[in-house]
Parts: sequence; C-alpha cells; structure tokens
Amino acid sequence: MSKKQVTIDANEAAAYIAHKLSEVIAIYPITPASPMGEWSDEWSMAGKKNIWGTVPEVAELQSEGGAAGTMHGALQTGALTTTFTASQGLLLKMPNLYKIAGELTPAVVHVAARTVATHALSIFGDHSDVMAMRMTGVAMLSSNSVQEAMDMALIAHASTLESRIPFIHFFDGFRTSHEVQKIYEIADDVLREMIDDEWVIAHRNRALTPDRPVLRGTAQNPDVFFQARETGNLFYEACPGIVQNTMNKLAGLTGRQYKLFEYHGPEDADRVIILMGSGAETSHETIAKLNKMGEKVGLVKVRLFRPFSMRHLIEALPRTVQSIGVLDRTKEPGSAGEPLYNDVISTLHENRTEGWKTFNSEPKVVNGRYGLSSKEFTPPMIRAIFDELKKDKPKNHFTIGIKDDVTHKSLEYTTDGWQTDKEVFEGLFYGLGADGTVSANKNSIKIIGDNTDFFAQGYFVYDSKKSGATTVSHLRFGPNPIQSAYLINKANFVACHQFTFLDKIDMLKHAREGATFLLNAPYPPDEVWEKVPEKVQQQIIDKKLKFYSIDAYNVARENGMGNRINTVMQTCFFAISEILDREEAILLIKDAIKKAYGSKGENILQSNYAAVDNSVENLFEIDVPGSVSSDIKMRPPVPSEAPDYVQKVIAEIIAGQGDDLPVSAFEPDGTFPTGTTKWEKRNIALEIPVLEPDICIQCGKCALVCPHAVIRMKAFDGSLLEAAPETFKYMDARGREWPENTKVSIQVSPEDCTGCVLCVEVCPAKDRKEVGRKALNMALIDPLLEQEKENWDFFLTIPEYKRSELKSETIKGAQFLEPLFEFSGACAGCGETPYIKLITQLYGDRMVIANATGCSSIYGGNLPSTPYTTNKDGYGPAWSNSLFEDNAEFGLGFRLTIDKQQEQARELLVKMNGTIDSELKQAILDADQSNEPGIYEQRERVAKLKQLLDVDPSREAKMLLSIADYLVRKSVWIFGGDGWAYDIGYGGLDHVLASGRDVNILVMDTEVYSNTGGQCSKATPLGAVAKFAAAGKKIGKKDLGLMSVSGKGAYVARIAMGANDMQTMKAIIEAERYPGPSIIIAYSHCIAHGYDMRYGLDQQKLAVDSGYWPLFRFDPSRTDQGLNPFQLDSKAPKIPFKDYAYNEMRYLMLAKSKPKIAKQLMGQAQKEVYEQWKIYEQMQAVYEPSKKDEPLADSDENK
Amino acid sequence: MNLETTYLGLKLKNPLVPSASPLSNETDQVKKMEDSGASAVVMYSLFEEQINQENRALDHFLQTPGDSYAEALSYFPEPDEYHNLHAEDYLEQIMELKQAVDIPVIASLNGTSEGGWMQYAKRMEEAGADALELNIYYIAGDLNMTSADVENLYINDFKAVKQNVDIPVSVKLGPYFSSFGNMAKRLEDAGADGLVLFNRFYQPDIDLENLEVSPSLELSSSFEKRLPLRWIAMLRPHLNCSLAATTGIHTAKDVIKMILAGADVTMMASVLLYHGPGVLRNILKEMAEWMEEKEYESLEEMKGAMSSASVADPSAFERANYIKILQGFRIEHLR
Repeated sequence: MSKKQVTIDANEAAAYIAHKLSEVIAIYPITPASPMGEWSDEWSMAGKKNIWGTVPEVAELQSEGGAAGTMHGALQTGALTTTFTASQGLLLKMPNLYKIAGELTPAVVHVAARTVATHALSIFGDHSDVMAMRMTGVAMLSSNSVQEAMDMALIAHASTLESRIPFIHFFDGFRTSHEVQKIYEIADDVLREMIDDEWVIAHRNRALTPDRPVLRGTAQNPDVFFQARETGNLFYEACPGIVQNTMNKLAGLTGRQYKLFEYHGPEDADRVIILMGSGAETSHETIAKLNKMGEKVGLVKVRLFRPFSMRHLIEALPRTVQSIGVLDRTKEPGSAGEPLYNDVISTLHENRTEGWKTFNSEPKVVNGRYGLSSKEFTPPMIRAIFDELKKDKPKNHFTIGIKDDVTHKSLEYTTDGWQTDKEVFEGLFYGLGADGTVSANKNSIKIIGDNTDFFAQGYFVYDSKKSGATTVSHLRFGPNPIQSAYLINKANFVACHQFTFLDKIDMLKHAREGATFLLNAPYPPDEVWEKVPEKVQQQIIDKKLKFYSIDAYNVARENGMGNRINTVMQTCFFAISEILDREEAILLIKDAIKKAYGSKGENILQSNYAAVDNSVENLFEIDVPGSVSSDIKMRPPVPSEAPDYVQKVIAEIIAGQGDDLPVSAFEPDGTFPTGTTKWEKRNIALEIPVLEPDICIQCGKCALVCPHAVIRMKAFDGSLLEAAPETFKYMDARGREWPENTKVSIQVSPEDCTGCVLCVEVCPAKDRKEVGRKALNMALIDPLLEQEKENWDFFLTIPEYKRSELKSETIKGAQFLEPLFEFSGACAGCGETPYIKLITQLYGDRMVIANATGCSSIYGGNLPSTPYTTNKDGYGPAWSNSLFEDNAEFGLGFRLTIDKQQEQARELLVKMNGTIDSELKQAILDADQSNEPGIYEQRERVAKLKQLLDVDPSREAKMLLSIADYLVRKSVWIFGGDGWAYDIGYGGLDHVLASGRDVNILVMDTEVYSNTGGQCSKATPLGAVAKFAAAGKKIGKKDLGLMSVSGKGAYVARIAMGANDMQTMKAIIEAERYPGPSIIIAYSHCIAHGYDMRYGLDQQKLAVDSGYWPLFRFDPSRTDQGLNPFQLDSKAPKIPFKDYAYNEMRYLMLAKSKPKIAKQLMGQAQKEVYEQWKIYEQMQAVYEPSKKDEPLADSDENK
Repeated sequence: MNLETTYLGLKLKNPLVPSASPLSNETDQVKKMEDSGASAVVMYSLFEEQINQENRALDHFLQTPGDSYAEALSYFPEPDEYHNLHAEDYLEQIMELKQAVDIPVIASLNGTSEGGWMQYAKRMEEAGADALELNIYYIAGDLNMTSADVENLYINDFKAVKQNVDIPVSVKLGPYFSSFGNMAKRLEDAGADGLVLFNRFYQPDIDLENLEVSPSLELSSSFEKRLPLRWIAMLRPHLNCSLAATTGIHTAKDVIKMILAGADVTMMASVLLYHGPGVLRNILKEMAEWMEEKEYESLEEMKGAMSSASVADPSAFERANYIKILQGFRIEHLR
C-alpha cells in the first residue's frame, strides 16, 4: 500500500474521499465548506474518476435545502450520494436528514462545522450546527485533524454502506477545514479494500425503479406509525460495532488505529476530559506534557457521537478516574447541560444500574463550554481545566477562554510558565491580502512538506475587510506530527511584509527571545533602523532579535511582478530561517515556481526566477544598536476624541484585543451602535484623488460613484471659510439655484480612501488646455495626508445644506445630501456600495434595511465597525440581517409592522381629543409625504405632537407617544445579492413582489456568489466562468426583471449606474415612491469578474451598449395616467457582446483554456443578446397604450 | 492566359494574395478565398503583446484578489491547463489551414522589441507555414532615437527572426524612412526574401464631444495605392527580392497597375472585408479581359513594364487599441 504524503487542508482531504466514493454530489456554497464542493466540481470537470471508474456527477442547487432534496432523490434511486455543508446550510438540510435516516439510506454529509447564527452571524467554527442534528437519526462521526478528515471520511462512507445509517462526518470549520497539514493520502487500493461492492449493489437493489416498483414516503396513522418507527432499532444497535470494525480494518491497511471513544493518558489517571474536534488534538498534546510533569491526567476523544455507544465510552475510561470534565464546543441555552455532557451523565448513570464497569470511586462530572466561533482553545486553558478538576467541588457549567464578568462562569487561566516545544519551528507572517503573503506561505509549507521529513502545518487568519485586509500566516514545522490546533503565540520567526503595519500592529510581542525578524522596508538598509517605531526598536533590542530587511516592492517591480512580493519574501524566509540549506531551498523554490507558473508563460516564469535571485542580493542584516533612538510612536486604534463605547469596545476589537473583552462589554441581544467606521481610520490608500477647482464643473459624479463615501460635496455660505485651513479647496457654486456667496467644496477623507480611482475615471471635466488633466487626479498620499486630514476635519464642521432646498432628485443635487453609509470594508472599487450610499443619501434618515447574508451584510454589519450612520439629528438607517434565504420575507415583516403601527397611531390620533389641537391633528393625518419638503414638514408636526403627548398623562397619549414616529413615512429597503434574489431567496422574493406591500428591493447583481468566492448563480451569464461552472456557464442568465414584470403589480427597474446615472436615480426615486413592492436590479461590477475595478463603470457602459444589460423601468402606476408603463431606457445593441465580455477574465479565461467551447458559447451569447433585445422592444410595444378605446368587448356587441 | 507569378520563391497561380486580416481567423473564409481564386493567404498577425501581456494579465487577475478574505480565498476555478497562452491557437490555425487549403499559407508576426516572441517564427515554421511575414509596426516617437537607430532596429529585428527559420521571410513596413530606398536595400542585403509595401498604420482620431483620443478603423481606398505604386516602380529595377504591393488595392485595375509597376503580388484586405472573398473572382476575370485586350500573354510580361515611392502615431496611443480594432473588425459592425 502506498505511503504517499500530501500537504492539504481538511476540506480537500474530505472532498478527496467523497469524490472517490460517490456517484452523485449535490452542492451549494457556504463558508467554510464551499471548497469541498469546489474541489469536487473541479475534479469532475477535469474528468477525475471514482473508484468504480466513472466521473461523479456534481450538481449545484439553489440552496442547501435543494441540495438535500436532490441528495434524497439520488439516494432513493440508488446512487452513492454525498453533499457538503455547514451551519445554516446544515439546518436547511435537516428535514431531509430525518427522511433519509428514517428510510435507512446510506449517505454521507461532510460538514465543516460552523457556528449557527444567533445574536450574530459567525463564519467560524463550533459544533452548534451538527449538534442541532442529533434528533434526525443520522450517525455523527468527528474528525479532529486534517489526517482524520481523510480517514474518517472513508470510515463514514464505508460504515454508512454497511450499516445503512446516513452519516454526518464533521470537523471544525476553519481550524481544521482550512488548516494545511502534511498527511498520508489514502490510495485507491485501500479504498477498494474498504468498500465492499456487495454493499453498493445492495444499495442499488433498494433503489426506486419501475422495474421493481415499490412505494416509500407513505403517510401513516396513529395505528402503525409508532411501531413502524421502531423497526430501525437493530440498525442503530449494530452501527457502533460496524464503525469500530471499519476503523480496525483501516488500521490494518494504513497503520492508523482509531476507536469510537479513544483514551489517551496514563492507566491510572485521576482526571479525564472528554471532547471531540480539533480541541482534542490540542488536549492530546497538552496531556502529554502534563503527564511528563507528573500529572495524572487523561483524555477521551469522542469520534462516533451518534449512535452513542455507552458501553464503548465506559470501556475507554480508566477505573481510577475521580473527576471528569466534559467539554462541548456549543451552547444549548436553558438546557440541563450541553449535549456531550448529558450523554456522559446518562452513560455513567446507566453504568451504575447495568454494572458494566466499577470505578474505584464514582467520578464527579462537570461540563464546560469552549471555543465558540473558533475562539482559541490552548494548552494553558486545558491546564486550567485540569486544575479545576482537582478541586473537591469543581465549577460546573463553566466556560473557558473568555472572561465572564456577568454570570462568572468562566475559569481563569494563565499562559505563564507554559513552554512551547523547542523542536517545533514557529513562524508568523503579517501581510496584506493582495500582496501574495498567504500564497507564498502555502507554497513554503508544500516545499517543506514535500521535500523534508518534517511535518508541516499552516493556518491563515484574515480580517473581515474586503479591501486592505490584513492576513496573518501561522506556520509550524517539526519532526513530529503537529497537534497544535491553535494560533502561534511565541514565534521563532516573525515577518512583516508591509512596512505600514509597524506602527499599527504589535507583532513582536509574539517573538521569542533570539528570534528572527524580517521586514519589508522601502528604505536602504542603513536607514531602516531609524524608520522603525520606538516600541519595535525596544523589542528588537530586549529580545535580542536578528533583524533583516529587504525592499521587496522594489525587487518585485524591477522583475516585472508588480505588487506581488510573494516570491521575494518567500525567498528571504528560506534564506534566513535555516530550515533548509539556502542553496537547496532556492532550487526548491524555483521548482515550485515552475510547477505553479509553468503553464502560464515563459515570461512569468523568468520574472519569478529573476525575483528569487535578486531577493538574496537585496536582503540585508541590520546592525542593531544597543539603544532606542526612534521617536515614532505606535498609532492608537481610534482617535482620542472617539466616544467612550468606541474607545472601550470597538477600539479593542480593531487593535486585535477583542479576545480580552469581557461578557459585560456586550449588549445581551446583539445590538450595536451604528456610525462607527468613521473612527476606524485604516489609511490603506497609497494615492488619493486631488481636486482641481478651476476645472471642476460640480457635476457630483465623483461623489456619486465613490464606493466608500470618501469623496463628498457640500454647499455653504462663503462666510464659513474664515475658519478654513489654508489649503482647503472650494469653488463658487455653479448654477442659478444658489443664494449669493454660496461656495462648494469637494473634499476627500484621506484616511478612509481605498485609492480605487473610480472617481477619477468618472470625472468628465477636463482641462481645456491639457485634456489629460481632469478635475480629479490621483496623487501620492504621503505629502498630502496631514493637510487633507485637517481639511477633512474642517469639512465635517460645515453644516449640511438644508435638504428641502436642494434639488435632491438630480444627480448633482443628491450629492449634496449627506451619505448615511460610509467607509465600509467593501472592496476597493466595489460596484454595489455606490447604490447603497445613494439610497441612504435620499432616504437614510427614515429607512430600515433588511439585508440578505452576503457581501452587503459583511461590509454592512461585520465587526469591528459599522458603516451605517446617523445625521446630526440622530436619524439614520436601522439595519438587520436575518438569514440568506429569507430576506424578502424579513423585510416584508418590517413593512407589516410599520403599516400596522402607522394605522394604530392614526387611529389613536383621531381619538385624541382636547390635548391635540384639531388643526395639527388634521395636518398630520392629511400630510402629503411624497417628497422631501413634505416629509420634513411632517417630521416637524410629529415632533410637536410628541411634545404635547409627553405631558399628557392619559393612557392613550402614552400609547400614541410610543408609536408617533410611525406617522412620518418610513422607507423599507430589502438589500441583497444575486445569490439571494435569483437562487436561495427567490421563492420569498416572488411572494413579496406579489404581496402588494410597499417595500423596495435592491438586488445588487454581481452575477456570482461574490462573498463566498465567485460561485455560479442563476444570474451568471452564458459563457462566463465561475466556480461550479468551470467550463463556462451553458445556460443564459435568468431574466429576473421580466419575471418580475410578469407579476404586474410591482415596480421593476434594471439599472447600471456607470451606463446611465440619471436612469439609476429615477428608478430609485420611482421605486421608493411606488406604493407597492418595487424591485431594482442593479449591475454591480465585482472583483469576481477579473479586471481592474477602476474600469468598473466603463464595463457597465459597455454591458449596456452591447445590449447585454438593457436598462428599463416598469411602473404599473403609469397605466392609470394613460402612459406606457414599460420604458426601455437604453438603445439597441451597438457593440458586439465580446467587446464587453472579453475585457473581463471571467469570459477571457475560457477563451484561454477551452477556446472551442468559448467560441461556441460566445456565439450563443451574442445570439441571445439580440433575441433579448427583440423581446424588450416588443415588451415596450405591447405596453404602449392604444390610441383609441377599442376593447374587444365592443366587437362582441357588434355581432 | 498565364497569370502565374513567383513570390518569396513560391510559385503562385496568380498575383492575388489576401493580406493579414481577421478573415484568415476562419478556415471557411480562407477556403472561400481559395475557391474564389486567391493564390496564397497571409494570416492575421500574431502580436508581440498577445504573447507577452495576456498571460500576465490572466495571472494577475486570477491571483491578486485571492487569499485575502476568509470566505473567498479564490474567485475562479483555475483551469488545469491553458491553451492559448503560448499562441497555440495561432499555431493550430496554421495547421488547420494547411489541412483545408492547397494554396501557400504565410504566417504573420507583428512586433518591435527584441524578445521571446521572436521564437514564434520557428514554431510557425514547424506548424507548416510556407513563409513568414514580419510586420514591424514601430512608431518612432522616441525623440532620442536617430533615424539610424530606427533603421537598425528594423534590421536587427529582421535578422533575429530570420536566423530562426528556413522558410522565406518578408518584411512588411511603413514608408516613413528618410531614405526608403536605402532601407529597402539594407533589408534585402540582410536577407529579406521580400518586402511588403506598405504597412497601413491605424491612426487615431480625436473625439470632439468627449475630448478623447478615439482609435478608429477606416478601410483603405483605391487612392491610397499611389504611394506603394511609386515606390515599387522606383525600387523594382534595383532589388532582386520579391515585392508585394499592399494598401489601396481594390479593383482589377489597381492590381494591373501594381504589376506594371513591378510588384510580384498584390495584397488586399479592405475590399475583401467589404465585399467578401467572392470579389477575387471578378478581379481575376477583369484582369484577364484587360490583358487580352492589351495582348499580354502572361503576367511575367507585364511585371515591371512601367517601373522606374504616411503616419506617425504619437507612441502614447496604445498598440493594444490597434490590435483590438484590427482583430475585432467586421463589416457587420459598421451597420
């Protein structure tokens, strides 16, 4: 049997087995399980076969519910079927799991276990999803490591076939699913040995087929259901034995022995902890050390959690055990204890009655929670648990890893005195998302894993920003298998790949004494020391660090690699880390480069080789002086004027100290204040736009398109300029609408800008004498930063222009309105956020937003800070995210409440006699709130009403006061992406569009699941490559616009800001004003399209010019006015579709990988564009009101 | 009537050779050309930029957005292999054309700077090209380069390509040399098997509405043939290498004039884009009629019977636009 080793993560390990052992795979993307589906799809696309010699069929569904249904169907008809999921996705599969288990159908669901959203969503790992499946009747098998993910995947597939019980095979999301480890791959011959073809044939023989017709899925009555339900018992009783036998068989073939409940530790242990998942690996490592220190502590790793074999658990426990800590990585609020604990308690109780084993003394059992949402679980925490178990009365229902200062359930722990293993090399690498740090480190792990006897581990931490994101790579190498399932705390090697991190992140607190520090610095070696902050200098001296520096950007640029410093920094790492011989390492790096880039062109290969060679030449050891000389200070995470809450909570999270915040820091229901992004100054732009007031025409387009609301416009009286800084730029206001001496300023917030260049690209104003110079031009930020900060601060002090006096329904006018969505973490150049920002400018002070899970919920609501904000009066958008699948319904709920409360308020107001004068009452009841001045006036009236109610002691007044604000019109918005609107949420969307209720739906159509990494949706266009459509999408984009029009009762618009901003504006205003449901489908360029986002607006224009994205508005209310409700706002196709498409990598890469298919699909796409245009033209014609009244009925009468 | 001619050592049945244009992208179009009487075909150009830039762009946009955000560690399924990063398309097209037609296929390579792209000459030869046309599209916008520097660049580029291959190599170039006759002679001395006169540079226009440079394609007109006509007439007596006339050749009369001036073949693109390959048949018919009327029995008799020679693009205008316009052009887009 082969002993091939591979360096992969658990998702790939599990998917490898699943793909080898399945015939049908039903998938749907969800973090952190998406890569399993992606691997399967890629392998099937590449023609990789399963062990029976056929390529598995991979199908993407519209939701996890859909994937489960398809799985159920495929199973019932006899295919070996698998699916992958996590969290909410698993919950959506739950109803089918009951069925699949009830029908005793072999199947495996591989789960990268993830937190289920409660008070907040979290993409990270714990067992709350799998634990929710306990009632379904599936077997549950846990993998604790990457190797186990491969092994247990196989055990699950084999055991399900033999036992007929469907399996959930799970491992910890991110911690295991995304951890890269060097593991043994299981060869096909082992797989064949493990899977008996007879089981496969038996499964097929149970299939539904008209050749042997039977019926399943009956409805049963009280007379028989119960006893029929009991028929499966024998299968569950047999299952643990089958799984153990399968484990034994695998041990025989591979030497890796597993047990259902696996005990590690001395035979005479007095304290034992019981747990499952990656925490068991850390515990294993920890008890080994504690045992060496003389502690009699042990560990039971739970592998088969369902069916729970009590006897096997009892067998695993040593007789000597006196106290047991059962650790659950989940929380079941209000329960007697967490799930595993309850099972252990039951087991011990039954042992007492059944007498399976006699313990020396009856052990005490306590329960603890750890590691929710991938919270770190480390050896010092485990030591603290064992210390607690020593006590006569250990704390029960404790938590570990947090500080609970409210209910005081947490255990104290300390890292003091805990030594890391000297034999293990630990390296920390700080980089930016776009600089290639992570890919370089993944590559280094593969090099070391593949070319040495060392075991290797890599884990990568990302922040939640989509622009300027920080990445931290944690790499371990050592002679023994690495069980440390936690982040590196003390490293031998610390690399800072971005000089700008030095004064923001305290990296060297993680450096061991004598460690090596590698810095990418844009300075010659003799200047580097002086450029380093004081604290960093001190740490380098105190910890006696070896300090190296390289100007990596310079080396990368000189070798044609642009901003990708991966090869350069990787070479430096190998040159100074001494893990491998330097020369050997360089050869290996080049070999790896050849593997990675060989197919991408000789010039790229040569650039990389040259970068390797030049790196060593440009790497310098810095002489460390004996004393500190720098006066550069570390930058505080938020400015000192930030409010108290921001200082105490948000700043801690920004600074990476969120782990230290106690329970009391948080609201118990997940509520957070808005308007906090403004305190998180990220300083990520290298260049910012600079205004030339003499050229500017004040059109407002720059402010309109700015994805981060960084560039703003204000009009104000010139007298305010007295306090302006010297460099503050302003212009005389253009246009006759302004009072005399009105000035206009267009100001950039330099510290919030991402440098995306969209504003410069859209700027139409050019210098007449030098047309290359626009009214906005990018310039290096360094010399401008301080003055522009000052200008921005002054700009903020200028009062907002009175809303009711602005022409807010024009592009220019709207840009004088304050955006109430600012500085989000969206990608630089994001195509979605300009729409959101514009809507908040128009309606932010009275809007409530239901946001589907996806990009917009991440940049809209991911901690640490929130971009939705308030105006000076405290009004602003209220925002919430329910789920991915239910967003339209969630928003409809908002509307129902608001309408009901408004109705009640009106009813109460009508009843109010005496206190409220009838004039005010009538004015409120009759108010015209169809425009900005009308709403302003109503708000004034309601304020007056509230003052009066406040002093009225009557019950009616009190009740009216609580809902009086609903008398001002509220704007309900439902935001989401195409994955939600076209796929998982379509059923609800369809229903809400037919509800007749006044909600406004904005679909930000990026044509893929952007947030999870570009998977195909039904919005993905024909001919584009996406994940799950690796060979190009074969079916055209679903026309959600026309489908919505067909319902007749909704306002529908398709817009593209870059093609026609006025049409965008009109559509938003009309949609909001329309008294029923409205849907706006907005073209949103996206990094998942594969081109430089600065050209996003140009691509929008080309999309419209090609006829691919026709602009239209369908307003049913126009029919009553005798007007055509269907307005086609763009012209017939005037450029070929490919002239738009082939500017984007999503199309081009197919031409470069499968040219024949690309050509055929491009031809088909062009044809469909023409056909689509004809339909749109006809739609417009069909809805054209007839000139005369000539109803058909007339002709009948004439007969 | 004997219309036979020899070009780059290739025996051709007549002097009508469709020049590099998007039509040679499609095998069935080339087949139609052959059926309509074309005696050889010059393929569309493989551009230096295509070889050097596209793969970099592809690599950049595949890699850069990834490994940055935990939920989306990549955005594209990476293909197992790429098919056209090494111009495989082009080479495959040569092979396909060689299979589909009997007339010689002349490959076309377009570039200026010395570099790896030149190795493609060899690969074109291996793929079956009967000859190679080297199209040096260089805009001398560098004020520090002397005329001699520019001329040397042409000579060096040519030599670098020529030494890689055994098939004949012609050079297609523009007329903008202080002493074009001397330049032609130097290229012949360097081993050029033929000269293709002249390259027609695609010149940018200015969009007055948006104050932008607007690259646009204007098809040639018959009038433009005067420049090559003069130079062919002037050079013919002094050069032994083949001469191909191109630019502004639309009618049988244009062809006849060029032959009379001394051209071995006449190349056309615009007229084919306008009227389709079938136009060749009419040209041949009219030529024969004219020759009959004037009592010429063979083309060789006509050749050189009357023998005795425009555009700087500020180099800021991107070659990429030029490529896009040329490759993307189709007559139907004009409608």
